[in-house]
Amino acid sequence: MAFEGLADRLQSTLQKIRGKGKVEEADVKVMMREVRLALLEADVNFKVVKDFIKKVSERAVGQEVLKSLTPGQQVVKVVNEELTALLGGEQSKIAVSSRPPTVVMMVGLQGAGKTTTSGKLANHLRKKQNKKPLMAAADIYRPAAIKQLETLGKQLDMPVFSLGDQISPVEIAKQAVQKAKEDHNDYVFIDTAGRLHIDENLMGELKQVKEAVKPDEILLVVDSMTGQDAVNVAESFNEQLGLTGVILTKLDGDTRGGAALSIKAVTGLPIKFVGLGEKMDAIEPFHPDRMASRILGMGDVLTLIEKAQVTVDDEKAKELQKKMRDMSFTFDDFLEQMGQVKKMGPLDEILGMLPGANKMKGLKNVQIDDKQISHVEAIIQSMTKYEREQPEVINASRKKRIAKGSGRPIQEVNRLLKQFEDMKKMMKQMSGMMKGKKKGGMKFPFM
Amino acid sequence: MSFFKRIKDKLTGQSEAVSEKFRTGLEKTRTSFTSKVNDLVKRYRKVDEDFFEELEEIMISADVGVHTVLDIIDELKDVARTRNIQDPAELKSAISEKLAQMLHKEGNDGSLNIQSSGMTVILFVGVNGVGKTTTIGKLAHQLKNDGKSVLLAAGDTFRAGAIDQLEVWGQRADVDVIKHQEGADPAAVVYDSIKAAKARGVDVLLCDTAGRLQNKVNLMNELEKVKRVIQREVPGAPHEVLLVVDATTGQNAMNQAKTFGQSTDVTGLVLTKLDGTAKGGIVLAIRHELDIPVKLVGLGEKIDDLQPFDPDQFVYGLFSFNEDEEQN
Repeated sequence: MAFEGLADRLQSTLQKIRGKGKVEEADVKVMMREVRLALLEADVNFKVVKDFIKKVSERAVGQEVLKSLTPGQQVVKVVNEELTALLGGEQSKIAVSSRPPTVVMMVGLQGAGKTTTSGKLANHLRKKQNKKPLMAAADIYRPAAIKQLETLGKQLDMPVFSLGDQISPVEIAKQAVQKAKEDHNDYVFIDTAGRLHIDENLMGELKQVKEAVKPDEILLVVDSMTGQDAVNVAESFNEQLGLTGVILTKLDGDTRGGAALSIKAVTGLPIKFVGLGEKMDAIEPFHPDRMASRILGMGDVLTLIEKAQVTVDDEKAKELQKKMRDMSFTFDDFLEQMGQVKKMGPLDEILGMLPGANKMKGLKNVQIDDKQISHVEAIIQSMTKYEREQPEVINASRKKRIAKGSGRPIQEVNRLLKQFEDMKKMMKQMSGMMKGKKKGGMKFPFM
Repeated sequence: MSFFKRIKDKLTGQSEAVSEKFRTGLEKTRTSFTSKVNDLVKRYRKVDEDFFEELEEIMISADVGVHTVLDIIDELKDVARTRNIQDPAELKSAISEKLAQMLHKEGNDGSLNIQSSGMTVILFVGVNGVGKTTTIGKLAHQLKNDGKSVLLAAGDTFRAGAIDQLEVWGQRADVDVIKHQEGADPAAVVYDSIKAAKARGVDVLLCDTAGRLQNKVNLMNELEKVKRVIQREVPGAPHEVLLVVDATTGQNAMNQAKTFGQSTDVTGLVLTKLDGTAKGGIVLAIRHELDIPVKLVGLGEKIDDLQPFDPDQFVYGLFSFNEDEEQN
């Protein structure tokens, strides 16, 4: 069963309750069951869920919800607030040592993404804070792990310290810090091997590394897809090493990331950054409010808005609006607009951030392929300037030529023309309705 | 045959070495569970709502999906009602019976589909960091020990160091690796590997692929292309498409199984990192909802730490009982 947003679920639960006039205490219990399921489905640890539900129930029964005319929404609000509070403030800072270099140790289970994250963090510090980091390859166990960090170093043009895989990680760490001092690097990232928190030998090794280089930060790298075990892992690493923070990786997937809440709840450690892709700049500060919505399945609207603000050119947007109003919108403008949307990132990623997009009619299970956009682009680019401005002149033979030019079937050309026509009609209605006050939700032919 | 009888036979049977490995590998999983279930059974004098709620929690804590857990609990409630079971200890065996039964579905014995004659092609898929390359290394070693000739295809051309990693495993297992440059088209690597495998008359070709999150449409399309190339070049291939799943993964593993299943027709799962404290219970849900069996289990980083999946022992690991109770 695909996940439905908590808000929708509560809504349908409430519909069953409706007709009673007022929501009673017993009904809150029913709603809390839905909240519980939603959180468990998001992989929040069951103990954490239990405590959380208790807290929210108290607030809900404490009149806040009962008195409200829209109890469903009120519950969501309370849940959201409590979640955000629990997830903590934004603390995406990496410590600065008074005596450089600042030593950052990266630890975690196998395959969590330590090496990639080391590269991303080092790159982030260099770009945003003008720092000069050194990366140290202390994973001597996994085949080619050192090579992986070296390759990343090359890609980023960032120095990597390694002594091969025959020297102990403790020694590598020590010498790396020494090297950083000599070379005046202000940060050293020590990339350690992935290990199980119950592996006494390897955990002992990490303690030795810690002892030897006295790191300013020990960051636990956690896969955001982790299930109930996240609690054990984080607690155990924290007890044995004294962590200073957490980094969540692979959040560009479709996991709801309840592990974030579990870890925060049991360790109290700040989640400092999140990893959002395989590119070296795909790292972002952690936003508790967004994470809360994500866990509840309410979409990540804020990130979407932020992305749009960064990428969409204000001037151009105004111009476009004007064109929409006086109906002079052409295929050229359309092309331009598509370019803007594309700049925001892969379409399926953008859609994923929209609340409820996964169950929007017609969008269910539709996979948005960026290739389709390229096809639309190709068709438009195969039109003459005249045709783009006056699409009504496109007759059968012109269509044939456009299809040939773009390498797409003629049906696709027809479909695009039809959709463009519909869009213009819609714009007409909209501009009549609101006199161009707001930008309306437009339908793109490829959606 | 009852669950306990089966287990006992297995533990005393010829597969003792394997059993031992499975047992030690699951040690951590088992101990935490033993105490939990036994504790639960001891604390309750009667099978009631609270008992079921706690049982539900134990299963949820093992990452068995919420919906699957609710289904199981409903069925157990039915069992308790119809058989009029009041004593928690009595229900305990019903619980493990039920779970083992779920993993024991008809028509699939969970063994790898290795052709007796001609080439077998196995494609490995999965999200990032689950252990695809490591699994391939271990399996290559095993197949080689079984007297098969094996070739590896370095289809992860994306991640830094991935090709080198597979090459190290190739050396350890003493099998050749066909590779291209980093950044090359994985379908082309696989194509060349098939050509090479045919020319050398190799028994088994294991194809590595880059880890990818299942919601990246482009990357999933790339994977489909790899599969198409295999299908085109070797009739009847790939004989197995194995989705590698990290046992620490929670509910997202279901999405993984669904999406990878859609694009590559996954034939089985490899459950890795089961030597930790994670229980990997989501495979129950995957079997329950999608009917994809677990075929192999990863229990450590050493070359011989890959074992065939044994449903009975897996459940035994989840809900283990004291030695004396096994006699019953």
